[in-house]
Amino acid sequence: MSGPNTNFDPVEVAALDPAAIDEAVAQALAAAAAATSLEELKAARTTHQGDRAALALANREIGALPPSAKAEAGKRVGQARGRVAQAYAARQAELEAERDERILVEEAIDVTLPTGRRPLGRRHPTELMSQRIADVFVGMGWEIAEGPEVEAEWFNFDALNFDADHPARQMQDTFYVDPPETGLVLRTHTSPVQARALLERGVPLYIACLGRVFRTDELDATHMPAFHQVEGLAVDKGITMANLRGTLDRLAAELFGEGITTRLRPSYFPFTEPSAEMDLRCFVCRGEDPACRTCKGTGWIEWGGCGMVNQNVLRACGVDPEIYSGFAFGMGIDRALMFRTGVSDMRDMIEGDVRFNAQFGMEI
Amino acid sequence: MRVPVDWLREYVAVPADATGVQIAADLVRVGLEEEGLHGGGVTGPLVVGRVLSKEPEPQKNGKTINWCSLDVGEANGTGEPQWVVCGAHNFEVGDLVAVILPGGVLPTPQGPLTVSARKTYGHVSAGMICSERELGLGDDHDGIIVLTRRFAGDEEQLARLVPGADAIPILGLDRQTVEVNVTPDRGYCFSIRGIAREYSHATGAAYTDPVVALAAAAPAANGGGYAVELADEAPIRGRVGCSRYVARIVRGLDVSAPTPGWMKTRLTEAGMRPISLAVDVTNYVMLGLGQPLHAFDLARLGESIVVRRARTGERMTTLDDVDRALSPEDLLITDSGQTPIAIAGVMGGESTEVSSTTTDVLIEAAHFDAVSIARSARRHKLPSEASRRFERGVDPELGPAAAQLAVDLLVRYGGGTADAGVTDVGEAPESSIILMDVGYPTQLVGVDYDRTTVCRMLTEIGCQVIEDGPTLAVTPPSWRPDLRTAPDLVEEVARIDGYDRIPSVVPTPPGGRGLTHGQQVRRLVADVLAGAGLTEIWSAPFVGDARHTALGWAADEARARTVALANPLSDEAPLMRISVLSTMIDALVRNVARGAKDVGLFEIGLVVARDGEQTSAPTEDVGVQPSPEVLAAIHRAVPRQPRHLAILLAGDRDRAGWWGEGRPADVSDVLGLVRSVADALAVPVVLSGSADVMPFHPGRCAAISLADGTLVGHAGELHPKVVAALGLPTRTVAAELDLDVLIAASEDPVAARTLVTSPAAYTDLAVVVDEAVTAGSLEASLGTGAGEMLESITLFDVYRGDQVGPGRKSLAYRLAFRAPDRTLRTEEVSALRDAALASAAADLGATQRT
Repeated sequence: MSGPNTNFDPVEVAALDPAAIDEAVAQALAAAAAATSLEELKAARTTHQGDRAALALANREIGALPPSAKAEAGKRVGQARGRVAQAYAARQAELEAERDERILVEEAIDVTLPTGRRPLGRRHPTELMSQRIADVFVGMGWEIAEGPEVEAEWFNFDALNFDADHPARQMQDTFYVDPPETGLVLRTHTSPVQARALLERGVPLYIACLGRVFRTDELDATHMPAFHQVEGLAVDKGITMANLRGTLDRLAAELFGEGITTRLRPSYFPFTEPSAEMDLRCFVCRGEDPACRTCKGTGWIEWGGCGMVNQNVLRACGVDPEIYSGFAFGMGIDRALMFRTGVSDMRDMIEGDVRFNAQFGMEI
Repeated sequence: MRVPVDWLREYVAVPADATGVQIAADLVRVGLEEEGLHGGGVTGPLVVGRVLSKEPEPQKNGKTINWCSLDVGEANGTGEPQWVVCGAHNFEVGDLVAVILPGGVLPTPQGPLTVSARKTYGHVSAGMICSERELGLGDDHDGIIVLTRRFAGDEEQLARLVPGADAIPILGLDRQTVEVNVTPDRGYCFSIRGIAREYSHATGAAYTDPVVALAAAAPAANGGGYAVELADEAPIRGRVGCSRYVARIVRGLDVSAPTPGWMKTRLTEAGMRPISLAVDVTNYVMLGLGQPLHAFDLARLGESIVVRRARTGERMTTLDDVDRALSPEDLLITDSGQTPIAIAGVMGGESTEVSSTTTDVLIEAAHFDAVSIARSARRHKLPSEASRRFERGVDPELGPAAAQLAVDLLVRYGGGTADAGVTDVGEAPESSIILMDVGYPTQLVGVDYDRTTVCRMLTEIGCQVIEDGPTLAVTPPSWRPDLRTAPDLVEEVARIDGYDRIPSVVPTPPGGRGLTHGQQVRRLVADVLAGAGLTEIWSAPFVGDARHTALGWAADEARARTVALANPLSDEAPLMRISVLSTMIDALVRNVARGAKDVGLFEIGLVVARDGEQTSAPTEDVGVQPSPEVLAAIHRAVPRQPRHLAILLAGDRDRAGWWGEGRPADVSDVLGLVRSVADALAVPVVLSGSADVMPFHPGRCAAISLADGTLVGHAGELHPKVVAALGLPTRTVAAELDLDVLIAASEDPVAARTLVTSPAAYTDLAVVVDEAVTAGSLEASLGTGAGEMLESITLFDVYRGDQVGPGRKSLAYRLAFRAPDRTLRTEEVSALRDAALASAAADLGATQRT
């Protein structure tokens, strides 16, 4: 490169000719606009912004200009290079955005493809129903008591005022342990837990017992030799049949919805006096559809048995019936599940077919 | 109990327009639950029709139908012939039939069906000719009812058969029977008399006790009666078998005289088959009043009747032609104290049965003890209409009135004459007086019953009430032996006043402690396993020797750990399970049979774990608290019943799909699930190999124990023999754990450590050991040697091959160390690693792989 030439007219230096600069800018901008990919833009940048580009060469010539001409030439070339740089940056951003967009499109997958390398298992709905019922009682301040399935006859019958010769004892369809002298049965109801809890915990007592019970019924759509019951027992000073009704109404509302109440009908059970059958207001038609299939138009569904604890039960468990009174009730959990979910064949509950559980969630 | 409505009307003023449905609803209110309604299901135009023409028309389906025209008089509104299609062929032109016209309603198992004119077989059939079954009259559906044939010989009925006449009353379809369930305390409701009384309580309808007039008409006992001696020398539970025996004699009876039609109808509707006049009358009185009767052929009786217990070795042939061995507890009616002629209150004997040659009968109306009858009926498996009533309590005052009604009916319809002599020995036990505070019903029920209400209710049900200040002295009526205590009376007050008056008041308990730890744990474990992909099931806990043998257990050893049922549903499964797996297996097999391939199941349930000899559980009378010794013996006899968790996995654990191959479940999966359960409870467990325990593969089973050595259970692959014997998928893996052990071990809260934040140092160590050395023992030894600064030890490679030689294997571990207060230096880490190796070398002969 030559040294400063004070006599040199800038216009005479071809590279600094304003028209030439404009032309170089125009070409650079055109090339940027024409670039359709980041690779093409990169190539165009090398051509138009690189060391050998026209504007770079022009810039180099400025140093040789006389000081008087430097400012003007510098400004012209600087502006030109600025415009080009801006245009390339803008185009770069554009193309990057396009590329990012395209990648997202290319990365799309079919989200409707099947999943399930290891699908979720399921709880048994009867167990979930039991949990739900237990939680209602716990919420009322009751406790959950338990007892064995192979049970002493005394707990299953005599403690509950089932006299050995009373027809009610024969009506239980009991499984007896062999030989009969053993004095054991498979519990026919959860009621022996009443006696166990009264003896172990004393009074006042508010307990529910949920569990498996047994009757000598062959398995069919409406019978199971083993099924589930929930038993409630409250013994305290001043307990009344109104308290029994209040508790049943609460349970019914919690399980089947607000406004679902219960009805009591006179009945007989050895372990309660007075005794009642309890009916549940039909939760499907609420007693308003004479053609309702769930309640057969009666407006009520049979739910279980209940009553005031027989004084003989209290005596057998060491509780003074002159001071304490209580109520007890029992109902089928499997039946409650059938009501709640429309299960129509009991065999589905006991056979363990995974398709049965798969219909339900993990809460019921 | 079936209650023919017209019989009910005889004793209580049932409103004329009351339907069976309404009567049933009224009875429910006082505790008589509806069991069914019979009759009354046919409504609308069901008329008599005469067949005018009958054109057989063969159909494409092979059947031939008849296109018939019928004269139905003016019943169709036009007087023109009614055209119907009929599929039956058992009638001819000119026959009279029952035709239901459009608008008529027929009972069907699916509910009422309204008949309409409809197009069928190319015709519009305006109604149908009915069969017995369609009208609910019987099961006959082989053809339609031909009325002329049905009423052949019955001139009165035949005269009513005019075309167009309403056929509903002609066929008795307007009659209704209400069937109710009688609870075992209400013996008196096994009679129309009792049901009528209850109907009166429910509705206030006027009640006429039929017994009042009959008792007034019955002559008092006199010396001329047949000799009867009550000689029970072995009362059961202190109660004599027969407290009262009434006997009447009717002579000169025509036993072949027909039972009147109305009585036959009532008996049939009440569910009993008419047999002969003498039998029908005794049944009629029993159904009407509730007193079981027995008729003896007087000619075959000797000097006297003696009621006594059977002697050892005594036998008799009962009416059902069975020769029975008698028990000394059986109460017998005997001829002169010698030959047994009936098991009292259960069944009569053949030798004194009323036969076609009988002319004189002796009617027995006795009161037998409930327990004695219940035991005999059970012992001889002879539940009869009579025993059912005696077991539940028969009115002890009823004998004379019931015998009077029987005598009246026999005299009237059998043409006999009643003997003047009347036997009535023994006496009805006196009803005991119940003392009750007048405020007690309010106190127990929670409804404010005033004195007047309480007394009125009790009087209404037949009690005598004497008021003595706040105390009521109540004598229950003779027909209510079930009323014995004050709460019994409370039920009567509440029941008659109406249970619907009882308010709803939630009690306020002192507050509970929530679910127990064990209850929480069971939910948690089930949720963990379901979350891991397993399905929770439950199975009936019954097994048999064959299942135990298939699981590789000695049948007698398995029996020694459980109890057997005296009356199992299946002789194949008389035992209570000792393992949950043993009954879960059926569910796995069922799932596979139904097409499921990849199945993961778990069950939480009780098993029997009997320790030692089975003792007997004593008992105690009702209402008596057993002594501490008796109670202890009761508890001792109930076998231990721990709660087990069992797991079964078959097929793929990770399923095949579009993503590729599945991965079959193997031992590591079931062990992983066991670890998940233990981890969920924060209970450290130790797995040890070589647990040769059936039903597991001896080389692929781990024993799971607590840190203190307590056995929790086993997990592994099922033994190939077990898999083959039970038809299970190959390589089925399983686990069975004692959940109670895990629950107990998880009671204490975890003691948390402060997290160390100084950097960890990692080092790898590959050791070579004999094939027999387990990974578990090697890891334990390395851990012991590495000391407290070892944070984790991870097996990342297992190598067998030339480099380590035959019978040897190399296991490569990554050890992570962390000091609580500083960064470990390289030489410290090396020293710790060497210590770990030295421990394994000493314990297990391990060498560092070079």
